[in-house]
Amino acid sequence: MFEEFKWFPDQASTVAPEVDMLTLFIVVVTVLITIMVGVLTVGFAVAFRRKSESYVPAPWFGCVPLEIFWTLIPVLICLVMFSWGVKVYSSIVVPPADALDIYAVGRQWMWKIQHPEGQREINALHVPIGRPVKVTLTSEDVIHCFSIPAFRVKQDVVPGRYTSMWFQATKAGTYNLFCSEYCGTEHSRMIGKVIVMEEADYQKWLSEGAESGQALQGRKLYTKLQCVTCHTGNAEAKAPNLEGIYRKHIPVSHIDGMKVKDGTKVFADDAYIRESILYPNAKVAAGWESIMPTYQGLVTEEELLQVIAYFKSLHHGQTPPRTEETPTPATIQNNPTKEVK
Amino acid sequence: MATVSLESRPYEKVSDHDSSHESVNYLNHDHSILSWLLTLDHKRIGLLYLVTITLMFLLGGALAGAVRLELLTPKGDLLAADTYNKAFTAHGIIMLFFFLIPSIPAVMGNFVLPLMIGAKDVAFPRLNLLSYYLYFAGSVIALTALLLGGVDTGWTFYTPFSSTYSNSYVVVMAVGLFVVGFSSILTGLNFVVTVHRMRCPGLTWFRLPLFIWAIYATSVVQLLGTPVIAVTLGLLGVERTLGVGIFDPRLGGDPILFQHLFWFYSHPAVYIMILPSLGLISEVISTFSKKTVFGYHIIAFSSIAIAVFGFIVWAHHMFTTGISPYAAMVFSLLTFSVAIPSGIKVFSWLATMYGGSISFDTPMIYAFGFLGLFTIGGLTGLFLSTLGTDIHLHDTYFIVAHFHYIMVGGAIMGYMAGVHFWWPKITGRLYSEFWGKLSAGITFIGFNFTFFPQFILGYLGMPRRYYEYPDEFQVLNVFSTAGASILAIGYLMPMFYMPLSFFFGEKANSNPYGATTLDWTDTTSPPSPHNFEKTPVVTEEPYNFHGKEAAVVSH
Repeated sequence: MFEEFKWFPDQASTVAPEVDMLTLFIVVVTVLITIMVGVLTVGFAVAFRRKSESYVPAPWFGCVPLEIFWTLIPVLICLVMFSWGVKVYSSIVVPPADALDIYAVGRQWMWKIQHPEGQREINALHVPIGRPVKVTLTSEDVIHCFSIPAFRVKQDVVPGRYTSMWFQATKAGTYNLFCSEYCGTEHSRMIGKVIVMEEADYQKWLSEGAESGQALQGRKLYTKLQCVTCHTGNAEAKAPNLEGIYRKHIPVSHIDGMKVKDGTKVFADDAYIRESILYPNAKVAAGWESIMPTYQGLVTEEELLQVIAYFKSLHHGQTPPRTEETPTPATIQNNPTKEVK
Repeated sequence: MATVSLESRPYEKVSDHDSSHESVNYLNHDHSILSWLLTLDHKRIGLLYLVTITLMFLLGGALAGAVRLELLTPKGDLLAADTYNKAFTAHGIIMLFFFLIPSIPAVMGNFVLPLMIGAKDVAFPRLNLLSYYLYFAGSVIALTALLLGGVDTGWTFYTPFSSTYSNSYVVVMAVGLFVVGFSSILTGLNFVVTVHRMRCPGLTWFRLPLFIWAIYATSVVQLLGTPVIAVTLGLLGVERTLGVGIFDPRLGGDPILFQHLFWFYSHPAVYIMILPSLGLISEVISTFSKKTVFGYHIIAFSSIAIAVFGFIVWAHHMFTTGISPYAAMVFSLLTFSVAIPSGIKVFSWLATMYGGSISFDTPMIYAFGFLGLFTIGGLTGLFLSTLGTDIHLHDTYFIVAHFHYIMVGGAIMGYMAGVHFWWPKITGRLYSEFWGKLSAGITFIGFNFTFFPQFILGYLGMPRRYYEYPDEFQVLNVFSTAGASILAIGYLMPMFYMPLSFFFGEKANSNPYGATTLDWTDTTSPPSPHNFEKTPVVTEEPYNFHGKEAAVVSH
C-alpha cells in the first residue's frame, strides 16, 4: 500500500503548473493565518490564564483602527486570490482555436470516446503530447463528470446538452480518468485511462485498425436516415442546404414556435445541430416550412456526434445524391480505426 | 389528565410559586409521561429535541462508521456497492436534516432563547410543540424510507438520477424532508417573532447577547430558505411519480435547474448549521475570559451579513456544470464576501481573550477546538471560492474534508460547547470536568486525524462518493479510518458521563461559571417552570463582568 503512495499528483498538462502555483500561494497564506490564529489562541490562553477567581479584567469594547486593519487585509488577500483564480480559470475554460476535436459520451457506467479519424474507444482516451485537445461531452442518461486530476481539469457531462473542456498534455504517460459526479451503483468503476503519447506514436495509433472516419460514418447516417431526401442541397430541396453551415450564423424565422423579427440569426454550433435534429421546431431556418420530423429515439448521442462531424466536413457542392452511394470526397478524412477494449 | 399542564403554561401568574416551593423546577413539577409529550414549555421541548437528535446522531454516526470501514481497503469488500451508496446517502441526510439543522436552533435555541431575553416562553408555544412533532413525523417517514430499502441518490438528490434513474425510495424520503422542512420553517418563524416581541423591559437590540443575534439571523434564513427546498423536492416528486418534465431532459426538463434550486436553499442551510455555533462561541469565550465581547456590534452585524451573503453564493457549487464563465466569476467574488465577516469573528474572539482571565472549563476547551477547526475549515474554503483551484478540487475529498471541518469541526464542536455550557442550567447538575475535557481533547485529535488526510486525498484527485478507489489512495484512507475510530470515542464519551451526571452529578448553583446573561443571573438551576420569578429589567449592555448585580436588576 505504501509503494503506490505519492504526496503530489502528476503534473501533466499546461494548466497544471498554473493551478499548482495558485494552490501553493493559497496554501502559504492560509497556513500562515492558521499558525497565527493557533499561536495567538494558545499564547493568550497561557498568558491570560485565570490566576485569581476574584480578578475581573478591564473590558475592551473595540478598537476601530485594529478592526479596519483586520477587515482590509483579508479583503486585499481575497481580491488577489480572486483575480489570480480568474486568470487561471480563463486558461482552463477557453480552448485555443486550433484544438483537436474529440467527442465523449458518458453513460452508466462507461465512457465512449470518438476521434474525428473514426477511432472509438471505451474508458480510454489516447491523446498526443503538446497539442491542445478539446473534448465535447454529453451523456446518454444521468449527469457524469469528466475529470482528469493529472491535468487539473474536470467538466460535468450533462444529458441533453453539450459541454466541453480542453487540455494540452505535456508529459507522456497514463493517467486516471474519473467520473467525479455521483451517477449510481458503479460510479466508482466509471474509471478510464488517459494515455498521453508522443506525436509519432499517436499518429501510428491513429493508423492502426480499419474502420471509417467519424465524418464518413456521419455521411452514411445522412443517407440512411433520409436526411438527404429533403436536404438535397439543390433546386429540388424541401429543406435548407446544409453545406458549409457549421459554425456560421444562419437566419431563422421561428424560435420555440414564436415568430422572430427578420434578420435574426443563430450560431450553428454543435448544440444547435443537435437541437435541430431532436427538436426541429426549436429554431426554424428562415424561408423554410417547419416540416421536419423529430429524430428523438432514432439516433443515439454517438450518432449525433458523427452527424455533427459530417456537417463540419461538408463543403459546397458535396451533398450526396439521394439514391446512389458516391465516392467519398477527399476532404472527408477516411482514416482506419481501432476499437480499444 | 389533569396533570397535563396544557392549561397552566405559560401565562399563569408566577406568584403562585412562592419561595416555599423553591425546589420546584421545570423538570420535577410534573413527572407524568404526557406532561412531557404534550408540554408547551420551551425548556421541555428543547429536551425532547435533545433526546431525539441524539438518537439520530448515533444512527448517522454508525452509518459514517460503515462508510469509513468500507474505505479502509481499495476494493469493495465490506458492503455491496448499492449498500455503500445508500449508507453515505443516509449518513448525509440524517446528519444534515435531522441532526445539524435542528441541533443548536432547536435544542439550545428552544432552551436558552426565552431565558436569555427574559421571556416566559417563545411567542407561540403550541406552534413550538407542533414543530417538534413535525420533526418527529419527518424523522419517522425518513426512517421508514431507510427501512424499506433506502435511498441511493446522495443527500443532494441530483436530477435526472434521482427523478428517473434511481430505483430507491426517493419519493418517501422527499416527503420526510418536506415535512421536517416545515418544522424548521415554523421554528424559524417562532424565534423571529419571539426576538421581536418577547424581549423583557430594557433589553434593546444592542443589549441582546450575541447568541440571540446569531439565532435570529439563523431563523430568518430558515424562514426564507426552507420553502425553496420544500418546493424543489415537491417538483422532484411530481416528476418522479407523474412523469411531468421539469428536470429530466428526456421529458423536456433541465437538470441544472434542479441544482440552482437545491443550492439556493442548501448553501444557506450551511449557515443554518454554523451561525448558531458562531453566536454560541461568543458567549462561551466571553464568559470563560470574563471579558466583554470585543467588537459587539461588528459581530452582531457579521451574523446578519453572513446570513444575507449566504443567499447569493449558491452557484459556487456549480462551477463545473458548464454555467457561464461570467456567472462563475461573479459567484466566486461573492463567495469571498462570506470569508470577511467570518474572519472578523475569529479575530474578535482572539481580541476578547486578550487580557482576559481565562479558565479552562470543558465548554472553553470545546471552544478552543472550535476555533482551530473552524479556522481551518474557513480557510480551506478559499481554495474553493478561487475559480482556478476549485475546478480541480470540486467533487473530490478536498470538499468532503472542507465541509466536515465547518459542519462537524465547527457546528458540532460549537454544539458540544453549548451542551456542556448550559448543562448545569438544564439539569441543575455538574458533569465531570475530567471526562468533559478528555472528550473535548479526544474529539479534536480524532477529528483532525480523520479529516486532514482527506485534503491531501482530494488534491491527489480522489473523487468523493467512491466505493472503490485506485490503490495509490489507500494510505491516506487508512489514516482517515483510524482517526474516525478515535473521533467516535470522543463523541461517545459524553453519552455516558452526561446522563450519569444527571443522576449523580454535584448540584450546580444558579450561575456556576459567573456568566452575565439573564439565563444565568435571573433563573435558578434548573429554572422554574415559568423561568423568572419576576420579569427582569435590563439596564445595560451585555457582558458586564464588573457589576452584574447592578447591571441586571429585578424589581
